[in-house]
Amino acid sequence: MNELLLSILQATARHTGYTLVCVAIGFTLGLFLGICLSRLPTLSRYLVPLLSILNTVPGIVFIGVLYIFTGMTPATVIIALSIYAMFPVLKNTVTGLNGVDAQYKEAARGCGMGHLQRLLRVELPLAMPTIIGGLRLSAVYTVSWAVLAAMIGQGGLGDFVYQGVSSNNNALILQGAIPAAILALVLGTLVDALQKRVVPRGLRKGGAGE
Amino acid sequence: MLRFEHVSLTYGTQKILNDISFEIQEGQFAVFIGPSGCGKTTTLKMINRLIQPDSGHIYLNGQDIASVDRYALRRHTGYVIQQIGLFPNMTVAQNICVVPKLLKWPKDKCDQIVHDLLDMVELPYDQYAHKYPGEMSGGQQQRIGILRALAASPPVVLMDEPFSALDPMTRRSLQLEVKNLQQKLNKTIVFVTHDMEEALDLADVIVFMDQGEIVQIAPPEEMLEAPATDQIKEFLGKHQVGHDPASLTVDQFMRTGIITVKEDRGINECVSRMQHHNVDTLLVVDKERRYQGTVSIADIRLTGHVVKSIGPLVRCTTPVVHTGDNAKACFEQLISSGCPYLVVLKEDETVAGIVTKTSMASAMAEQLWG
Repeated sequence: MNELLLSILQATARHTGYTLVCVAIGFTLGLFLGICLSRLPTLSRYLVPLLSILNTVPGIVFIGVLYIFTGMTPATVIIALSIYAMFPVLKNTVTGLNGVDAQYKEAARGCGMGHLQRLLRVELPLAMPTIIGGLRLSAVYTVSWAVLAAMIGQGGLGDFVYQGVSSNNNALILQGAIPAAILALVLGTLVDALQKRVVPRGLRKGGAGE
Repeated sequence: MLRFEHVSLTYGTQKILNDISFEIQEGQFAVFIGPSGCGKTTTLKMINRLIQPDSGHIYLNGQDIASVDRYALRRHTGYVIQQIGLFPNMTVAQNICVVPKLLKWPKDKCDQIVHDLLDMVELPYDQYAHKYPGEMSGGQQQRIGILRALAASPPVVLMDEPFSALDPMTRRSLQLEVKNLQQKLNKTIVFVTHDMEEALDLADVIVFMDQGEIVQIAPPEEMLEAPATDQIKEFLGKHQVGHDPASLTVDQFMRTGIITVKEDRGINECVSRMQHHNVDTLLVVDKERRYQGTVSIADIRLTGHVVKSIGPLVRCTTPVVHTGDNAKACFEQLISSGCPYLVVLKEDETVAGIVTKTSMASAMAEQLWG
């Protein structure tokens, strides 16, 4: 029994590791690219729909393709999951920044803020609720996508699921599925807590700025 | 203080500003007004380089603003917009301090500014400094918007229709407040509006624009007295001082085109003339067209069979006044005489017109409602 618990804990730790690393990379990339795209409205008009299409390519296919180039390494998993984790953040960052009311941009310009000051002091704070919404999606999705790591022998909770499916053992499937579900819940809650910290008080529900 | 020299701007084929030149003195409250699309907001936004002219120069305190760093320029120019644009993620105090912070002023100086400015508009610091914009009314928000523009004590403040989204009561009190602040702090204010009443109340000088050109620059009183074009007259509308009521003369209100008849004419001609013009009285004149009196259909009926011409029937009971007489005195005479009308004569005693109670009423209405 202890051995079983240990193997679950180990798999969960690995799974959590993949998720956190990939969400962190994905969030950074998504935020950065989102900011860039929001500054280039013509480019983003074509690129954002294109990215949405890419987003629909099943993760299993993408990992398969990537496997050809990077082989059976954790790098394959991390690259693939990071890219998937990036999409919701990227999309929400563009939406959030483009959705900042023109009056605030105009006021910021009129006050003499430079590009970076406008971004950091006005636009990003105002877009923050939307961006964090993207992060939440990204974290929850990545937990489920990380199951795919087992497909190329990179461990995680997917191990139990794949073994269970191939040996028709429901207990083994649940052994992977339940910790994954709990992990998704925990991460979702953490992001909600983060949301409370980083979203300016004036923007919160029941508060100001609606 | 602020000088535009031959400033032009074209978007595509459309001329937005066409060779604008003007100068605003230090401490003046300059109000730009005109129909929408006349270029008034564009002109305003050129002053803090939110819009660049195609050609021409703009000088602020003798310095060409094209040679000043645009961010530095904006930090030293107050800017208030119609949509208010307070940052909803910042408190009132943070909003007020946006520009001082950009200028990297020390924190205690910023705090002092917030205290002083809130004091000035009588919003208690403890109650308001830490509120968020969304927790305040539109009028309070725009007060803070104005304070934000004033925070770094810029010599020039630009205001782009700052009150047009507010209800009339709030607008009125903010107008008074801005005028007070401007005089207290001796700011030069460039103010854009489409509301002539606002312009007349606030301005030291009104700049009227149309189709990218300046039509007239004048102090309010001068613009009221001598509007340069019919369009300005229309904008001034009811605010235009008509003539001083006390100096009105009767000939401005009399009815003209009155039917007259010569005293030697026969009864029949006189009656047919009355029928033709549907009146019961005619004014009688002599050969030189000088006024003699009136003849009424009642008198003709009574005694018309004994006389051939109307001469003997003429009565002189209707009061007579002269063109150039004071309108008010004439009206008083009309009321006290009990007659239905007064006859107005020219200097040579020929008939100029009549004044009835109807013409009196319309004259008074015109004075009252324009």
